[in-house]
Amino acid sequence: MSDRPRLHALFGEYHDVTTVLEAARTLRREGLRRIDIHSPFPIHGVEKAIGVRPTILPWIVLGAGLTGALTGFLLAWWTNAVDYPFLISGKPIFSLPANIPVIFETTVLFSAFAAVFGMIFLNGLPRLHNPLLRHGSFLRATDDRFFLVIEARDPRFDPAAATRLLHETGALAVEEVRYR
Amino acid sequence: MTESTFATPAGVGIRGDSPEIDNTHDEPGSRAPLVTAHQDYASVTGAVCSLAERKTPRAWYVAFAFSSSLLLMLVVLLGYLFTTGVGVWGNNQPVAWAFPIVNFVFWVGIGHAGTLISAILFLFRQNWRTGINRFAEAMTIFAVMCAGLFPLIHVGRPWLAYWLFPYPNQMGMWPQFRSPLLWDVFAVSTYAMVSALFWYVGMIPDLATLRDRAKSKIAFIAYGILAIGWTGSSRHWHRFERAYLMLAALATPLVLSVHSVVSFDFAVAQLPGWHTTIFPPYFVAGAVFGGFAMVITLAVPARQLFGLRHIITIRHLENMNKILLTTSCIVGYAYGVEFFTAWYSGHHYEQFVFMNRPLGPYWPFFWCMVLFNVVVPHALWFKKIRTNPWAMLGVAMCVNMGMWLERFVIVVTSLHRDFLPSSWGMFKPTWVDIGMLAGSFGLFFTFFLLFCRFLPVVAMAEVKAVLPQAHDGHPGAPSGHGKSEAKGKEKEVDS
Repeated sequence: MSDRPRLHALFGEYHDVTTVLEAARTLRREGLRRIDIHSPFPIHGVEKAIGVRPTILPWIVLGAGLTGALTGFLLAWWTNAVDYPFLISGKPIFSLPANIPVIFETTVLFSAFAAVFGMIFLNGLPRLHNPLLRHGSFLRATDDRFFLVIEARDPRFDPAAATRLLHETGALAVEEVRYR
Repeated sequence: MTESTFATPAGVGIRGDSPEIDNTHDEPGSRAPLVTAHQDYASVTGAVCSLAERKTPRAWYVAFAFSSSLLLMLVVLLGYLFTTGVGVWGNNQPVAWAFPIVNFVFWVGIGHAGTLISAILFLFRQNWRTGINRFAEAMTIFAVMCAGLFPLIHVGRPWLAYWLFPYPNQMGMWPQFRSPLLWDVFAVSTYAMVSALFWYVGMIPDLATLRDRAKSKIAFIAYGILAIGWTGSSRHWHRFERAYLMLAALATPLVLSVHSVVSFDFAVAQLPGWHTTIFPPYFVAGAVFGGFAMVITLAVPARQLFGLRHIITIRHLENMNKILLTTSCIVGYAYGVEFFTAWYSGHHYEQFVFMNRPLGPYWPFFWCMVLFNVVVPHALWFKKIRTNPWAMLGVAMCVNMGMWLERFVIVVTSLHRDFLPSSWGMFKPTWVDIGMLAGSFGLFFTFFLLFCRFLPVVAMAEVKAVLPQAHDGHPGAPSGHGKSEAKGKEKEVDS
């Protein structure tokens, strides 16, 4: 065992949503916390089964949206009312209604960028190398299979017991993921 | 159809070629299947990925050769325009906007159906959108590319088009933020960027599928980079779904704002025929109308050629036809209200413009517009037409032409005869005008064909998520929170 590379994780391959969710619930009951399900599509109810805390992404997007609104407002106001005052048809130098469209667009633009890049950043992506992807069988996680992954750094992790648990909960196969 | 030309892999082709399955029934208590022919996860993956993985079919080369020739023609005409000047167009005084702005409004409107399908139907939990949203979004992006081209070349000196953006410059000047033309710059560029983000984010899980199935090194590296290391982790999916929901919630008011702002370009002007408050809702409804016609125009041949008839089912097409019919009624109503308002306003110039449209020199354009946009779509009241792909394709082609004519009527008939008869004039397009319009279709279809060849044309992850077996003991439930007593009921459907 000692000459082999360090164990990173164990994963069990499951056939369907119901068994993999039930397996995750069993693992949680056993006290395992560093578990994850890899699936070809988002599974409803998975957050509760593996214990995912709600993401802070909406707050990031709110912050970005407010920043966008302020940016649009300041841009229109400073450029057209302060730095280079435009007098058009006797209208006021600055009035909010005429500037709403631009403020709205910058709000949406900033929020959308925050939603996308915030999601990518919080997910730890882009990640161009992942030891899981070295396993040919794991590639079906983006096709038709469900993979329950237990990380070795979980304090309650015991390779033998975890392998047995995965088999007992209906895993079709269990594989070890090692660092190289 | 000549299915042999488009050899689909074994197992997939059989299902794709099977006779059309009618899933258009509406019975309370039973859900019509969104995906027919008893698909499972693997067969959805297989059917969609095979389009990007197989050998390029000959028909694709033929289509690509045709559309890229049109694109080449556009490039040549652009070169001619840049070296010679806007005099190569038929634009004149008083019709200074003419074809470039007609084409701009036409293309930007087409894009709106893609965002409607991806964002608004998502917020309304219309699960049938999953079969069509990916290529409708792709259509949006390529349509916005075509749309963006025309105002840029219409500015006259396109090499100075960056003056449209607020940037500190040696002239010490800033753009005018109270002008709808500047709002347009912000609205259309925001729309282009947000649509591209929405499209790409939705595609990440499917790009990962293509990466994991890649046979060649080049495909593996290319899809690998685009998939940014997606592994389908549930923690990632959680944030992904949140991000997607927020993007949908942001894109919904955005898409309404974009065509409203486009309509402000007209409505804020003082010109009779343009200066009306009905324009924003009228333009948005027209955009959805024209856009759905284009989605049908693309979907009907695509599902036949690509063997996707079990994923883009007759029910999808029928639903789109219902939207087409609804928006046709809204557009027809708006045409009527414009005439009523002109009469009721007691405003001579306004009344003149609305008499000039059906009876003036551009009367064929007006009456063709009415025929294509208001009369023909009423065929869709009949279920036989709504569920017949070739009949609906005919209706959709009429609407495509009708919506282009509508913008022509709005732009040209209003401009060519305004207040003073001494400044009246006529607009005649030159061969460059017509060539550039045709060339913009080349631009659109070239990118669309590249997309169909190399990227996942159907949102596989989303389609899998609406299969009955995707729910933990709650088939069809929008958010099943697994209760153990109900589980296992549906899991053997696919085996």
